[in-house]
Amino acid sequence: MAPAKPHQSAAVAIPVPDKISVSLNVNGVDVQLDLAPWTTLLDALRDRLNLTGTKKGCDHGQCGACTVLVDGRRIVSCLTLAVMKDGSKVTTIEGLAKDGMLHPLQQAFIDHDAFQCGYCTPGQICSAAGLLAEGRAKTADEIRELMSGNICRCGAYPNIVAAIQQVMGHS
Amino acid sequence: MNAYIGTSTSRIDGRAKVTGAAKYAGEFNIDGLVYGAVVESTIAKGRIKHIDASEALRVRGVLDVLTHQNRPRMADASAAYKDDVAPEEGSPFRPLYDDKIMFSFQPIALVLAEEWETARFAASLVRVEYETAAFTTDLQAQRNSAFVVEKPESHRGNADKAFAAAAVRHEAEYFIPIEHHNAMEPFAATAIWDGGGKLTIYNKTQGVQNVQRYLCSVFNMKPDDLRVRSPFTGGAFGSGLRPQYETVLAVLGAVKLRRPVRLALTRRQVYTVGYRPATIEHVAIGAKPDGTLDAIVHEAIAVTSQHEDFSRNDTAWSGQLYKSPTARYEHRLARVDLPTPCDMRAPGAATGVYALECAMDELAVALKLDPVDLRLRCYSDRDQHTNRPYTSKQLRECYRQGAQAFGWSKRRAAPRSMRDGTELVGWGMASGVWEALQMETAARITLTANGHAEVASAVSDIGTGTYTIMAQVAADLLGLPLDNVTIKLGDSTLPLGQVEGGSWTAASVSHAIAKTAGEIRKELLRLAQAVPDSPLANATVDGVALVDGRIVHKRAPDRAVSIADAMRQGKVDRIEREGTVQFEDDDSHARNTHSAIFAEVKIDEELGVIRVTRVVNAVAAGRILNTKTASSQIMGGVVWGIGMALHEETLLDHRFGRFMNPNIAEYHMPVNADVYDIKVIFVDEPDTRINPMGIKGVGEIGIVGTAAAIANAIYHATGKRVRDLPITLDKLR
Ligand code: FES
Ligand code: FES
Repeated sequence: MAPAKPHQSAAVAIPVPDKISVSLNVNGVDVQLDLAPWTTLLDALRDRLNLTGTKKGCDHGQCGACTVLVDGRRIVSCLTLAVMKDGSKVTTIEGLAKDGMLHPLQQAFIDHDAFQCGYCTPGQICSAAGLLAEGRAKTADEIRELMSGNICRCGAYPNIVAAIQQVMGHS
Repeated sequence: MNAYIGTSTSRIDGRAKVTGAAKYAGEFNIDGLVYGAVVESTIAKGRIKHIDASEALRVRGVLDVLTHQNRPRMADASAAYKDDVAPEEGSPFRPLYDDKIMFSFQPIALVLAEEWETARFAASLVRVEYETAAFTTDLQAQRNSAFVVEKPESHRGNADKAFAAAAVRHEAEYFIPIEHHNAMEPFAATAIWDGGGKLTIYNKTQGVQNVQRYLCSVFNMKPDDLRVRSPFTGGAFGSGLRPQYETVLAVLGAVKLRRPVRLALTRRQVYTVGYRPATIEHVAIGAKPDGTLDAIVHEAIAVTSQHEDFSRNDTAWSGQLYKSPTARYEHRLARVDLPTPCDMRAPGAATGVYALECAMDELAVALKLDPVDLRLRCYSDRDQHTNRPYTSKQLRECYRQGAQAFGWSKRRAAPRSMRDGTELVGWGMASGVWEALQMETAARITLTANGHAEVASAVSDIGTGTYTIMAQVAADLLGLPLDNVTIKLGDSTLPLGQVEGGSWTAASVSHAIAKTAGEIRKELLRLAQAVPDSPLANATVDGVALVDGRIVHKRAPDRAVSIADAMRQGKVDRIEREGTVQFEDDDSHARNTHSAIFAEVKIDEELGVIRVTRVVNAVAAGRILNTKTASSQIMGGVVWGIGMALHEETLLDHRFGRFMNPNIAEYHMPVNADVYDIKVIFVDEPDTRINPMGIKGVGEIGIVGTAAAIANAIYHATGKRVRDLPITLDKLR
């Protein structure tokens, strides 16, 4: 079926922002993207790099589903414009497993059934990886508090805490 | 021969979910993809006088703007929009159909552009002039004009008279506000042309075949030309039972442009696809001093839209659960100018049983009885509506094991009598009840000679664990290792699967697999008997089982033929069978799941901050297929109960007829720090009557009663009874 002619008005076009070249290292791979300044890191990952493991739950920094690690720190990628992270090292859920071996958090999430629908899960796991790197959480209460930026509507919280505790115990 | 059924088996889709490989509806990237953005109505009621998209169309990269004036053809008849789950009464909302505005945030235009950001920017440039009409969104203002809905449950005796004459009476009104599902994945649809004029739509839904039938009806397409897929669903909780507007709009865009189109709704837009209706519950219970009941009256008034009558069973649980010679129910609906409400986890029961179980707690206080004791005094071994026995009912065991695990015997009866430092401690409990349903479902099994099976059915896994339990059942019945079973679901081209709702999927699809596995076994036995000197020569199909890759005589296990040998002898490399299971509508027994919930709250005496520090939920739900995923279902239900009790409320600004907090920051849901210790107990409940495998389903029962247990614990801690949910700290002042 031939594509229909796009509807274009004859009147003068309203421009959209020019694209800027952005360099990122994503999961160990250097990538160069031409992105408009209004493109979030989340949309760049999902729509441009096809790394759809990072999820969009709200686009407003309210749910944590889009959490990734930038230069080792956990951030919500929906509140981050990609151009702001030019030159940064980004790790997404797709970059946590090494040579087919799951990251200990990924395995612990499976073992403890720390998810149901799985939609919050990449964000939870990236957030937990950031939490471990921060070294701030020692107790279950501290894990709960410091993981509260990641909402799980399926309600897997106790299992998420158990999974993180398991990995903390071994590291 | 149950290596897997009944065990704690990790999800077979776990790896896909923890690595980001699992693809949800809005994640199918494809060359030439067009992005959609929705323009929403800013008024609650009226009509569009004029819509001007000229500025939006001038934005570079915008391909088109669809409105009711220029959209491709859709069916006119309202009946064409009735999906499998649509309310019987009324006409469904038809997106972009005409100039009518029926609710605030209604979709009124679809911007299509080469990039998502462009579409969204252009959507802000669509200018709309409205003609406004008078509207109402206030249940309290409409309660007196609410109309009665006919319900199947019949009353018994003269409950009003018996209540008036009762020695001890409790009567009160409870309120549950509008709540939203807020599944983490917003609704999304990606409509893709396959080149041959056929469309595949990846959609977030709980029922691919429901969406497929609906879209074929709306767009007058042949069933073979439209396929709906939903391999993964990021939660839905009832909101994905009916086809939602994003799927219609994505198809409109794809038809118009003849290109693939994705439409992912924003979080705010998701608020218009359905919600738990705000409900006023009035409960009156009359009792004798010994705690036996004389009367139960339960009346509910809930909101519905102007265009459809949505209601579920809120009231009749009261007359079913407890022994009472008289009972009367009434369900009324008040029309408001909002979208139609929809099913939300344990629809009807989450709200109705909340009211009933708080009322029972208040009655226990009036009777000076322990709340568990009161429930045992009016315990019923028979369904009180019809005086039928249950196929199984181990609620008594739920009370016993739940109380024991919780330490209930250490409870001091008086409110404000327990504390922990600066916090008041409260212990409360409640019962839960839900239906054990089962629906006609089909499955196809393809067994290959290398010992691998593919099992397919058009059911869904919305986080419930359907993939995993299907694999467990198939592995056990085919005698294969779990890893040798592949599951296909969430595809409208697969054998019949119903929408995933009502907790019926586990029982239904398990029996479809069992039936089909029986057909496979029959064929294998036929092949095995053709083997020269077959050791199974005289065996019957029920006399053999498939175990470890062999067809084995059940009573003489040394008589066996390997599946590979049988298939080689018969010169077949694959056996494919499809079977449909129907469940006899046997009216002789009632079918329900039950639970007992025990909750501990700690409340800061000065600030009123409430924490739910412990919950024990003891569940009787027949045979549990997978203790790991089933526990998670109950745990999730408990977390929902915590949200319902303490946090969740969609607020309306009645001046604008609009939701005020349609976002995750202002619609409060439990976060990790709100959830402490949750213990799930499955009591043993053998059931040989409900279905051959004794399965009941666990998706809803976890939430039922939980909010009541917490509300009752809050009363016990503070001496203050709050009946309006959510119980926020200001209400404790
Ligand atoms: S999508 Fe980024 S926080 Fe929700
Ligand atoms: S697993 Fe579904 S939202 Fe967390």
